[in-house]
Amino acid sequence: MRFPDLLAFAWQVLGGYRSRTALILLAMGIGVAAVVAVSSIGEGARLYVVNQFGSLGTNLIIVLPGRSETAGGMPGVLVGKTPRDLTIDDALALKRSPAILRFAPLIVGAGDVRVGSRTRETPVLGTTAEFIRVRQMDMAQGLFLPAGDPRHSQPVCVIGTTVAAELFGARPALGEWLRIGDRRFRIIGVLAKQGQSLGFNTDEIVIVPLASAQALFNTEALFRVLVEAKSREQIAYAKADVEEILRLRHEGERDITVITQDAVLATFDRILRALTLAVGGIAAISLAVAGILVMNVMLIAVTQRRKEIGLLKAIGATGQQIRAAFFTEAVMLALGGAALGLAAGKLGQIAIGQAFPDIPFTAPWWAVLAAPLTAIVTSVLFTVLPAKRAAALDPVMALSKR
Amino acid sequence: MIRLTGIERVFRVGDEEVHALRGVSLDIAQGEYLSIMGPSGSGKSTLLNILGLLDRPNAGRYELNGHDVTGLADDELARVRREAIGFVFQFFHLVPRLTAGQNIELPMVLAGIDPAERRRRLDKLLADYGLVPRAGHRPDQLSGGQCQRVAIARAMSMGPTLILADEPTGNLDRHTGQEVMAVLERVHHEGGTVAVVTHDPEIGKRAHRRIRLVDGEIASDERSGDD
Repeated sequence: MRFPDLLAFAWQVLGGYRSRTALILLAMGIGVAAVVAVSSIGEGARLYVVNQFGSLGTNLIIVLPGRSETAGGMPGVLVGKTPRDLTIDDALALKRSPAILRFAPLIVGAGDVRVGSRTRETPVLGTTAEFIRVRQMDMAQGLFLPAGDPRHSQPVCVIGTTVAAELFGARPALGEWLRIGDRRFRIIGVLAKQGQSLGFNTDEIVIVPLASAQALFNTEALFRVLVEAKSREQIAYAKADVEEILRLRHEGERDITVITQDAVLATFDRILRALTLAVGGIAAISLAVAGILVMNVMLIAVTQRRKEIGLLKAIGATGQQIRAAFFTEAVMLALGGAALGLAAGKLGQIAIGQAFPDIPFTAPWWAVLAAPLTAIVTSVLFTVLPAKRAAALDPVMALSKR
Repeated sequence: MIRLTGIERVFRVGDEEVHALRGVSLDIAQGEYLSIMGPSGSGKSTLLNILGLLDRPNAGRYELNGHDVTGLADDELARVRREAIGFVFQFFHLVPRLTAGQNIELPMVLAGIDPAERRRRLDKLLADYGLVPRAGHRPDQLSGGQCQRVAIARAMSMGPTLILADEPTGNLDRHTGQEVMAVLERVHHEGGTVAVVTHDPEIGKRAHRRIRLVDGEIASDERSGDD
């Protein structure tokens, strides 16, 4: 039997039992679409998290005061000590490390920002000129904080776009004065719109020089120090340096926590990858169910087409040809179902993408490959038994009048 | 051409053994036209199935065109059936979703004959059996007589040496039955060997050699002189 004839024969069978064909295609299609859609949601979530971390800045190391232990509670409190504060001098000491490119100390507080009669409570960030480069932010207008000794400050500030819009409306904010608490600052820049970034909206902040923030909030203690390593490979050295430098400065005590964005990111990446794989696998169960449906339908087909199979054998079809006909049918069904499913999955993905434009839904390559492959393999596997049965059919019995 | 020697066929029905054929020996020459008759259960269909290599004897020897085919494997038997034997059944056994033309082509498709050659042979068969206007119709659009003509054309498509017909008129009215027999007889006149199983004496009488089976044994084997 020539291969095109085999295809034509299977095609005629599929066309001859339309509702049956449609049902199997539907089952296969749903299975494949589920795998593609579900895994693309997982992959979308993964990419979203990765991008979020990326927007924090690259090669970022975050230093925070206090030692966080997995034991729970505050270890400092347990032994009757409060954690030592991080200070500006601690931050400046980090300059010694050759692995560190730049760093930005950070103080965060909330302040009442006033312009004329308008007041707004916003988060106020005290930091240095390096901050904009560490966090990889852009300016919409004007300049960021000037460089210089962080211990001294000029009365200038940079504001987010939302703050600018709310305090000044359509008027230009640049060069105007605003009041935070009892201090006046001249607006020298407006940040470019960036939006939410790990739960922190940079459009709604006011940034002042570090020393001004210390005075405003009456504190010496730093909230964080953001450190940028020279390269991805240097992150580990930079982390070790930070720990060592601060340990020496803190009289040999390890009372800081260093988080590398890399480690956090890698963890999230692993978790979400595993999750995507898991939900994809769960969706793949529906493919196995579709495979069982194929077997069921094929077994019915063997009974239904007993006479036809008997006839084919009588006119000279070998067992192998009968099996080939059944397998061709199964593979064609699987391919059709997979094509339908991929198309439906893609449409579904576009639809969810429309609903959640922030999340980059994409079907991972392994899902696009594995789903149709699983469909084909399961339907072929589940056709083994029916095909064997058909090939073993006794033509005399199959054709008997009774 | 065909030599059956001591063919035995035993079926097991529950605990009982049923001897469908008991030591049947039979020679059929090239170009013979024979009928196999007998009461129900006399083994005539079993004999036809064994002649057509659809069934295997429990004992005995079957030579076809000088070759012993008794011990061939299933797939080899299938190949012999395809090349050398054409079947015509009482219930036609046409594939319902295929057109008359596609049904006739089926043995050639299984044999892997290329489409151009198939087309050539199909056109000739359609013309020979008066089916040209019906080639594109499916079996449910054909009359009983037309269906049986399609089945005969299908049986002839590989140019077999032996045509086996099991009650070919059993499902047709008398007139159409006669027509179908005339078609089979034409195959015989063109040199084909034709064996017909029937319980209709009128059909049986038409053959030049009449074998009567009773209880799995050949009770009589008559020839008329006009061939």
